[in-house]
Amino acid sequence: MDTLAHLANGFALALTPINLLWCLVGVTVGTAIGVLPGLGPALTIALLLPLTYKVDATSAFILFAGIYYGAMYGGSTTSILLNTPGESATIVTSLEGNRMARSGRAGAALSTAAIGSFVAGTIGTIGLTFAAEPVVRFALKFGPAEYFSLMVLSFVTVSAVLGSSALRGLTALAVGIFLGMIGIDLQTGQPRFAFGVTELLDGINVLIVAVGLFAVGETLYLAAHGKRGPQEVLVVKDSIWMSAADWARSWKPWLRGSFLGFPIGAMPAGGAEVPTFLSYWMEKRFSKHKEEFGTVGAIEGVAGPEAANNASAAGVLVPMLALGLPTSATAAIMLSAFQSYGINPGPQLLDTQPALVWSLIASLYIGNVMLLVLNLPLVGLWVKILKVPEPLLYAGILVFATIGTYGISRSVVDLLLLYTMGVMGYLMRRFDFPTAPVIIGMILGPLAEQEFRRAMTISQGDLTIFFTRPLSLTLLVIAALAVAGPYLAKLVRKPAAG
Amino acid sequence: MKRLLGAVIGCVVFALPAFAQNYPTRPISMIVPFAAGGPTDIIARIVAEPMSRILGQQVIVENVAGAGGTTGITRGAGAKPDGYAIMMGHMGTHGVAPALFPNLKYNPATDFTPIGLAAGTPIIIVAKKNHPATNLKEFLAWAAKEGNKANQAYAGNASVSHTTGILLGTMMPGASPTLVPYTGTGPALNDLVSGQVDFMTDQIVNVVEQIRGGNIKAFAIATPQRSPALPDLPTTKEAGLPQYEVSAWNAVFGPKGLPADVTAKLQDALNKALDDPNSKKRFDDLGGVVPGPDGRGGPALQKLVESELARWVPAIKAATGKK
Repeated sequence: MDTLAHLANGFALALTPINLLWCLVGVTVGTAIGVLPGLGPALTIALLLPLTYKVDATSAFILFAGIYYGAMYGGSTTSILLNTPGESATIVTSLEGNRMARSGRAGAALSTAAIGSFVAGTIGTIGLTFAAEPVVRFALKFGPAEYFSLMVLSFVTVSAVLGSSALRGLTALAVGIFLGMIGIDLQTGQPRFAFGVTELLDGINVLIVAVGLFAVGETLYLAAHGKRGPQEVLVVKDSIWMSAADWARSWKPWLRGSFLGFPIGAMPAGGAEVPTFLSYWMEKRFSKHKEEFGTVGAIEGVAGPEAANNASAAGVLVPMLALGLPTSATAAIMLSAFQSYGINPGPQLLDTQPALVWSLIASLYIGNVMLLVLNLPLVGLWVKILKVPEPLLYAGILVFATIGTYGISRSVVDLLLLYTMGVMGYLMRRFDFPTAPVIIGMILGPLAEQEFRRAMTISQGDLTIFFTRPLSLTLLVIAALAVAGPYLAKLVRKPAAG
Repeated sequence: MKRLLGAVIGCVVFALPAFAQNYPTRPISMIVPFAAGGPTDIIARIVAEPMSRILGQQVIVENVAGAGGTTGITRGAGAKPDGYAIMMGHMGTHGVAPALFPNLKYNPATDFTPIGLAAGTPIIIVAKKNHPATNLKEFLAWAAKEGNKANQAYAGNASVSHTTGILLGTMMPGASPTLVPYTGTGPALNDLVSGQVDFMTDQIVNVVEQIRGGNIKAFAIATPQRSPALPDLPTTKEAGLPQYEVSAWNAVFGPKGLPADVTAKLQDALNKALDDPNSKKRFDDLGGVVPGPDGRGGPALQKLVESELARWVPAIKAATGKK
């Protein structure tokens, strides 16, 4: 009851005209930066930090929250339309989303992404409102051993994107793990595969690899195989909105994605990408339309991961507001914005600044509604982009990709990497290697390695740490079942049939 | 060619004084070699705001993160020495980096124009909340008894918690804690709060609220005086480890060869920014320590850099086994 009273106060503060205006500015800016690859919410909020000298705290945080949620919405747009993920959390969205766009169903893909984002964002915000305490306590149970087991489980998702040949898929996965290893080794401080290039010491940004492989690779492929039949022209079939069948196929993935994304987002090392992988795998597994995955594009494969990434965005705010601990770059900057108001964020933030925190939470609800209202009409506008003639469209993609990549750290090395990855993406496409496993390997590989070695360090090299901790063991059992499940089911069924 | 070169040099020589008199005529960028939101970034932003007012031009904080801060400092060292690109260096980039980065592209002692110390953040020894020790003496005994079973967290290669943690390790008799690396202060603190690791050393600004909230416990602060932010916390001297005195300092540098009058203007602006009542209050809230009159200005900073290099480089090289 107390929570509801606080929330009502929060709404009263957030619903003033000036704060509504800040929220609108935030979600609009957020959507725009989400669309651009490279420019993320962390960078944008950092650029806007000087605002904190002039604007009162509540308004500033409403603006920042709007940017944060807006970027999560916007990131999916370019993933679907241009195969150019705007944020690393929307990489998975491009797998099915872009397939759908190519088969003329861009409108449905964008709609399910927008509505799914709304549903997941709202569920996540409700979780943040009412369940922050238990979720934080659960997330704190996750130590290195549990994270490693979670990564093992996440690797199962590779099976959903292997493509026609397991050997080719696993090769791509290995390439991804290799790319993930580049940089200074956390444990020993030794540079690995950096070849003396300073820019490589911190590793390669996964977004650059994704944009290079997907967007630049695609463009090169198009350029190399110039004259293609009319079947490659992107047209918008049917209505741009979701049909009744689309709704029926979307709502369950939205909910499943939300319940995966929120708790994993709340874990300090969970992040926004892992739940999108798990959601994609789950949807492919449960779908009655498996044949659409990777061919014409399955709407479940957009709805689930999109919901997961938006729910995880709310999850990330849980440790920030409940413990004052930043678990993502954006959260770290929001915390430093608190500090510029003389508020030291910590475990007592909710007790010492209830008005601020609750108006921030209220603005998340409002921002979600605004984003839905802002994004749905835009769907009609966005799909028109696909009517741009292909050479011009792809030239535009190259410009976007290049500017976005340069914007990440203003480094020429990154641009070289982008185009190297582009060439690799072209060759992989040419020789029928799937590109998605590269991204999965690159994100999960280093996480799994670090958590494994961290767990081993803490346990003094005792491998049983993974099996003696109940949560870790549970995750490993789930992973084993996920791998062996289909075969076991077959074995069980055979004797029954025979 | 030679004549052209001469003409160019002539122009530059004649142009400099005139140009410096009006300095600054456009915004100044201050490179912060770490991501926004970290302690160095917060300190840079606290001084950048009053400095903008005093200089009459915006001082814009530009975050160029990477390789323990050396990416941003390398970029700053190579900037044109005209006063429009300055940087916020710190203990790591200008005291420890040569020990951890063999291919470092700058020399902290000779490639910069020191402008002045901004603020330091003292180091605190913290542990998980259910740690058996109740004070520093008990903690040292515990560490000696546990040997390599004691787990010490740090926030990644070349971070402040890494280097100050290694330094602590060299000063704890009989102890050999296992170092557990994390990808940042947030994840490291998270695992300390949840008790996955036993202890760590970190800057007061990162840990003060977790200490106040009772999520972790603190044993001592590594400064000569207690901090007003945590008045009950004893100093290392009081608690029995006087040789462990360390604070993560942050200081403003320009590239080598900054004109003297530009340097003087920046120094003046920095000093006034440090005395600004609003900055003072914010430093106090964070537990940051602003240098007294004798710790300010270029020569004092140059001396500090040299003494820090002499202190850190051999210690870290010895501890990490690098030549």
